[in-house]
Order: sequence, then C-alpha cells, then structure tokens
Amino acid sequence: MSFDRSQTPNWRPGYRFQYEPAQKGHVLLYPEGMIKLNDSAALIGGLIDGERDVAAIIAELDKQFPGVPELGDDIEQFMEVARAQHWITLA
Amino acid sequence: MHSTGSPLPEKPAVGLPLWLLAELTYRCPLQCPYCSNPLDFAEQGKELSTEQWFKVFREAREMGAAQLGFSGGEPLVRQDLAELIGEARRLGFYTNLITSGIGLTEQKISDFKKAGLDHIQISFQASDEQVNNLLAGSKKAFAQKLEMARAVKAHGYPMVLNFVTHRHNIDKIDRIIELCIALEADFVELATCQFYGWAQLNRVGLLPTREQLVRAERITNEYRAKLEAEGNPCKLIFVTPDYYEERPKGCMNGWGSIFLTVTPDGTALPCHGARQLPVQFPNVRDHSMQHIWYDSFGFNRFRGYDWMPEPCRSCDEKEKDFGGCRCQAFMLTGDASNADPVCSKSEHHGVILKAREDAEHATQTIEQLAFRNERNSRLIAKG
Repeated sequence: MSFDRSQTPNWRPGYRFQYEPAQKGHVLLYPEGMIKLNDSAALIGGLIDGERDVAAIIAELDKQFPGVPELGDDIEQFMEVARAQHWITLA
Repeated sequence: MHSTGSPLPEKPAVGLPLWLLAELTYRCPLQCPYCSNPLDFAEQGKELSTEQWFKVFREAREMGAAQLGFSGGEPLVRQDLAELIGEARRLGFYTNLITSGIGLTEQKISDFKKAGLDHIQISFQASDEQVNNLLAGSKKAFAQKLEMARAVKAHGYPMVLNFVTHRHNIDKIDRIIELCIALEADFVELATCQFYGWAQLNRVGLLPTREQLVRAERITNEYRAKLEAEGNPCKLIFVTPDYYEERPKGCMNGWGSIFLTVTPDGTALPCHGARQLPVQFPNVRDHSMQHIWYDSFGFNRFRGYDWMPEPCRSCDEKEKDFGGCRCQAFMLTGDASNADPVCSKSEHHGVILKAREDAEHATQTIEQLAFRNERNSRLIAKG
C-alpha cells in the first residue's frame, strides 16, 4: 500500500511542537507529557503547519538537503509513526 | 556535589526541573477521603500572591521547566487563575489545569482558552452517580462534572479524565471506561489510590484486593485492544497500587530529578507528598528556584545513591527504582532513608503483606472513611 503524499499533516489538538532552549532541542508537548525529538524529526516537525502536504514537506527538505537518498521514505515513515502514535492527523 | 573547576555555574549531574506542579491552594469544595494533601492542610501558611507565582513560573521556565500543572486543593477557587494561566503560557509552558470540575463554568472554560490554557484534566470519583457523590461529599458533583467534561471537549481542549479507583469502585471499571469513551476523553487515568495523606489514613477502607485488581486490569486490557482496533485515539493509563508489587516504583523518577512542586504557602518540594518528611524544605519566598533546585538541603537530601543504607546500597536495581518512595519509607518504617517496604528485600516488607491480608477482610464502608475537610484536618493537626 503506497503512501498518499497529497495528505496534509497537522498536530493533534492539544499537541504543541516547540524549541526548548534548556534541552537544546525540539520537543512535542501534550497533556502531562513531553517527547524529545531527534534532529530529523525536529526538521520535519518544524514544517508541519496544517498547510503543507507531505509532498511539499519532502520538497522543502530536499531543497535544504539535496541529494539525501531515501529522504521521501524517511519522511513518510515519520508520518506513519506520528499518526500511529496519534501525534498528528493526516487529512 | 562535584566541582569541575569550570567557570560556569556549578551544575552537577542533576537533571532539569522539567515538571513544575503549582499547588495553588489547599481550599477545596470536595472532601475526598483519598486526597493526597497533607492531613494538617488547614494549619498551613498563607497562600502565595499572584506576583509571587509569576516569579516562580519565570524562574522555573528559565531553568527548563516545560510542563506546568495547576493543582491544589481545587485551583479554580483562586480568583487569579486566568492571570496565572496567561503568564505561564506567555512564558512558553504547556499548561495543565487539574481540577475536580466543581466551580467550572462554560465562561471560565472559554476565558482560560483565551488565556492560553492547553489542557484540562477532570477528576471523577466513580462512574456511578451515587458512589461518586458519596465519595466527593457533594450531591451535585457528578452532574456538574459530566456537563463540564462535555464543555471542555466542545471548546477544543484535549481532555484527560482521572478516576481514582479503590475497593469501592474498581469493580465498575467497565462502566468507568465506557463513560470516558462516551465523553471522548483523549486520555483516561485509572489510578488505583496511592497511599499518601488522607488515603494513608483510610488505607484499610480503600485498598482493593488482589482479585479486584487483576480483574480490573484484565478488563482495561480488553478495552485497550478494542479501542486500538477501532483506531480510537483514547488512551487508557492503568496505575496499579504499589502494595501489590515486589519491587518499589521509581518514585518521581528519582528525588529532585525532574519534578518540582510548590505548595500553596510557597514551600518547594521534590514531590507533593514530601512535606511530611523530617527534612527542611526551602520556600520560594526566601530563595530563587535556582538555589532551591540545585543547592538547597531538601532537594539534595536523597539525590544520588550515597544516602542509601542496605539493602539498597549494594542492590543492582537501585538505579532503576532509587530505593522506591521516601515518603512511603518514612510512613511505614519511621526512617525516610530505608528501602521502600514495597520491596521484598526490605526487612519491613511484612507491613505490605499485612496490608494485602487486611484487604481480604476489610469491612469498612465509604461512610466510615475519614473525609478530607477542615474540621477533620484541624482535629488531626491538634492530635
């Protein structure tokens, strides 16, 4: 089953992505919880705004990091995991 | 504390205070007999002012605190709650309101949203109206909670519903879960009563039997599987009472590791139960949060492993559970340095076995429990 890149991700209501200076990294905050994101998840997370679809996010990161193989697959995988964890909705 | 000779402020291997719990007040319209507030809450000092709380938030935020819980007592009785929420959100906190729902109105739900509140957790006493009201000591409590839970969702908040379970309501766990699903809770905490404060006083009348517990966990697992199959994002969190464990919980993820509680009068604690310990804790009126977290005696008292006597000292699991809960060790053995008696390696483990045995024969009804109210608190404080 192939991933539909025309879907637009958005954070689940009540979930907030932000930079934490004290942790020197990005986190996802939600009711009584917090997940520290690794660098690549943070880059993807920073582009989730409810406007860009997955294809646009891939295109944007491809521009920033040209020639990274499997970039699209990695981003698709992030979306799958984030949706399964109910961090994001894909519409 | 070890010095590295670095010119930077000395910050040894102490974690960041990521979690700040602001106990705004001990005032509460309910009288739950399992409340974790101290028994002598009615004898505590004056509440912090709005400005004093702002200072606490600002300093904690600079030190890395990201999650902020507004708790109590009932935080809604603070008239400046919307102001406090607004300032906390402006500073970048993820703001959680932990409430009984009593005193909540649609107007407040809407005002708090505008102020930047991220999440509301409503606690319920049971799924059944009558049991709920008996436990909360209020006739209108349940209907009000249901109405407010619906309003919270309608205003677009994520919602956590918290049910403290015990021997009088745990057999209705299926109805509790059904109710939470119907209310579209995002998270459901099915928290078997932990024995601190008033709950410890009422332990015999609250601790479920092992059979009750096993059944409740099985039913919870059945609902989890069902929810997952339906793609329902509702998450069930089942908290077992440590009285049925053989190893203690890694309480607060270690002393002074990530949690910082500030009580209504400004006393800073490494957990909300620590006030009862014979340890001097700092007050935010006298000290900066930086000093409190890194340098104060109270916050360093049980950090690391050097304070541990046997059997913890030589135990290969000490880095996993930190010897368990200091408050429980103090309450049940008289010495806060001892191993938490939940641990089967503790020489005091017999008190836990006895409590399990008592649970098999307990006959106390809900009405016979000591309710958490000013009158009882003053009686207890006077001894």
